[in-house]
Amino acid sequence: MARADSFADGNSITPPPRQFGQARRVAHFEIKYLQYLNHLGEVAEELPEFAQERGQLLALYRAMVLTRTFDKKAIALQRTGKLGTYASSLGQEAAAVGVGAAMAKQDVLLPAYREYGAQFLRGVSMTEILLYWGGDERGMNYGAQAEDFPICVPIATHAPHAVGVAYAMKLRGQARVAVCALGDGATSKGDFYEAVNIAGAWQLPLVFIVNNNQWAISVSRAAQTRAETLAQKAIAAGIPGEQVDGNDVIAVRERVAQALDTARHGGGPRLIEALTYRMGDHTTADDASRYRPGDEVEQQRQYDPIARLHKYLARCGEWSQQQDDALYAECEAKVDAAVKDYLATPAVAPESMFDYLYEKLPVALRTQRESLSSQGESGNG
Amino acid sequence: MAELTLVEAVNLALARALEIDPDVVVFGEDIGINGGVFRATLGLQARYGKERVMDTPLSETLIAGMAIGMAAQGLKPVAEIQFMGFIYPTLDQILSHAARLRNRTRGRLHCPMVLRAPYGGGIHAPEHHSESTEALFAHIPGLRVVIPSSPLRAYGLLLAAIFDPDPVIFLEPKRIYRMVKEAVADDGQALPLDVCFRLRDGSDVTLVTWGAMTHETLQAADRLAQEGISAEVIDVATIKPIDSATILESVAKTGRCVIVHEAARACGVGAEIAAQLAEHGLMSLYAPVQRVTGYDTIMPLFRLEQHYLPTSARIVTAAKRTLEAA
Ligand SMILES: Cc1ncc(C[n+]2csc(CCOP(=O)(O)OP(=O)(O)O)c2C)c(N)n1
Ligand SMILES: [Mg+2]
Repeated sequence: MARADSFADGNSITPPPRQFGQARRVAHFEIKYLQYLNHLGEVAEELPEFAQERGQLLALYRAMVLTRTFDKKAIALQRTGKLGTYASSLGQEAAAVGVGAAMAKQDVLLPAYREYGAQFLRGVSMTEILLYWGGDERGMNYGAQAEDFPICVPIATHAPHAVGVAYAMKLRGQARVAVCALGDGATSKGDFYEAVNIAGAWQLPLVFIVNNNQWAISVSRAAQTRAETLAQKAIAAGIPGEQVDGNDVIAVRERVAQALDTARHGGGPRLIEALTYRMGDHTTADDASRYRPGDEVEQQRQYDPIARLHKYLARCGEWSQQQDDALYAECEAKVDAAVKDYLATPAVAPESMFDYLYEKLPVALRTQRESLSSQGESGNG
Repeated sequence: MAELTLVEAVNLALARALEIDPDVVVFGEDIGINGGVFRATLGLQARYGKERVMDTPLSETLIAGMAIGMAAQGLKPVAEIQFMGFIYPTLDQILSHAARLRNRTRGRLHCPMVLRAPYGGGIHAPEHHSESTEALFAHIPGLRVVIPSSPLRAYGLLLAAIFDPDPVIFLEPKRIYRMVKEAVADDGQALPLDVCFRLRDGSDVTLVTWGAMTHETLQAADRLAQEGISAEVIDVATIKPIDSATILESVAKTGRCVIVHEAARACGVGAEIAAQLAEHGLMSLYAPVQRVTGYDTIMPLFRLEQHYLPTSARIVTAAKRTLEAA
């Protein structure tokens, strides 16, 4: 092949001088991590205002202890055949309680399935949660919570619902916020990205809480994504993302309250990644020892959210062992009462499976309902 | 009274709903200033504002899921999926949530949403723009699936769908979007859901169909009439839940039934109708039930689509077969 310069006529063109390596930086971001109480119960950052009040801290402590007491009982019920598969919130109490404590009554919570601590604070009863895992739809008919969504099992599918809820609030000019809680695993799903994206574009009153408990069943956080933080997934959608120590209930409560305040007043959405740890198996049907080194769990024990606040309260001289024992006894009694109610709940009528399908049972379904009724105890024959 | 096409009737119903109820919101891809790729939402954003008539990003899962959240808050969302070929990401939201929300919460929350989508073949569209997959939705308990076949029914059924307290998939046969005009009064009157429409009375054979195929079926009835065969034509309209009583009643009279649908045959809605006839109408049948449907093949690209879509000739042949049998 002829060389290009064989065509040269002597009038060679000299290109203008160029400098390389001058690409401009057009975007940059940072992710903040916040912790108020370190795992030793020491103040790591000047405490926010609410945490100066003993009553407020005790309420958080009490809610966490109640949640854990409930959790232990639920697992025991499952082990003795009195409950179906149950998803434990052990170790994640602060991340849920902090959210529940920060939310206002008129806000709407769209939980995944480990946010009992938030749900209880919002008026969902322990009996209802037991009914749910006990295989009874009535456990999603929250008597004291008309608008919160029920537990969501298909991962991340409730993120778009939160968008719709927030849109309705914004359209109606209400000072309310939708709060969507998801796991780390959920942030790999398209529904999550679609929801975060539009929340940014439309500046919706919506707060995403990513409960990063380091595992999606057996898939570790590191195996899920190369992203350094999950919080930064919000940045791509143009909304603020941040991390908090999810085992520091003060940090969760404070940062969620801040996010809610911003959202409530037209400041748009936020994503908060709460760093926590799933101390238990994924559910009672799981055996985490198949995939998770035991020493990892042991290592995590020192970060326990309840022990941490207990240490702080005790150090401040605000909380005696006697008071602590009394609190645990009180929580036991509450949980026992809920279990009693759960076990005493009258059986559900089989026909009820037809009765909430549509507002009014379509004619086409009447004969099916009647045939179920006529089967009595014998089941579907 | 204005003479309107089917797609204009859809537009009119949407406008009427937006007009009479501030809780109605309309959204989807390119439905704002562009008025939707078929112009079903033409002019609505200008009239009712960007807050109630909004363009969404390309996010089908979001569109369906967002509608559920809105509906739970008491809005009446009417969401558009641009083509049925892109509706499949919404199946998860529709099946796992929209259709279940009332039941899951024992009525505490419910889901008065509508998901509209143009569907069906015959317009020489690109790949993924011509399928009829209504049976996927018709299988879902807790859902309504409604298909209009004329401008009048598009107007009345869409209003009914929007004000129905439960989720409705509203599938619009795009081949007949502009095929015929009909006088449609903008009177805000809904038509009943969950019932078939008897389009023509007859005594020899019952032709059961819905959507665009109503057209071919009526043509077939005309041709049969020329040969002295009296065909009754039923437009099912709500294919879930299905009004089998009307179909059974008709077949009790005619003793013969041909089911016509554009969708593939296996597990199509026609199979459900045939099963109902076998269970409850066998004694009145003089001849085996016939199905005239799309084939159990991939919907071909448009060079072959006319070979795929049922024709009035195929319907006539099937009807005659039922008459030969007895
Ligand atoms: C869409 C979907 N895929 C798979 C599952 C099965 N599953 C249940 S929980 C889970 C892991 C979820 O992990 P994460 O979001 O981190 O929540 P965590 O359980 O850790 O709280 C999986 C895969 C599911 N429920 N939904
Ligand atoms: Mg996880």
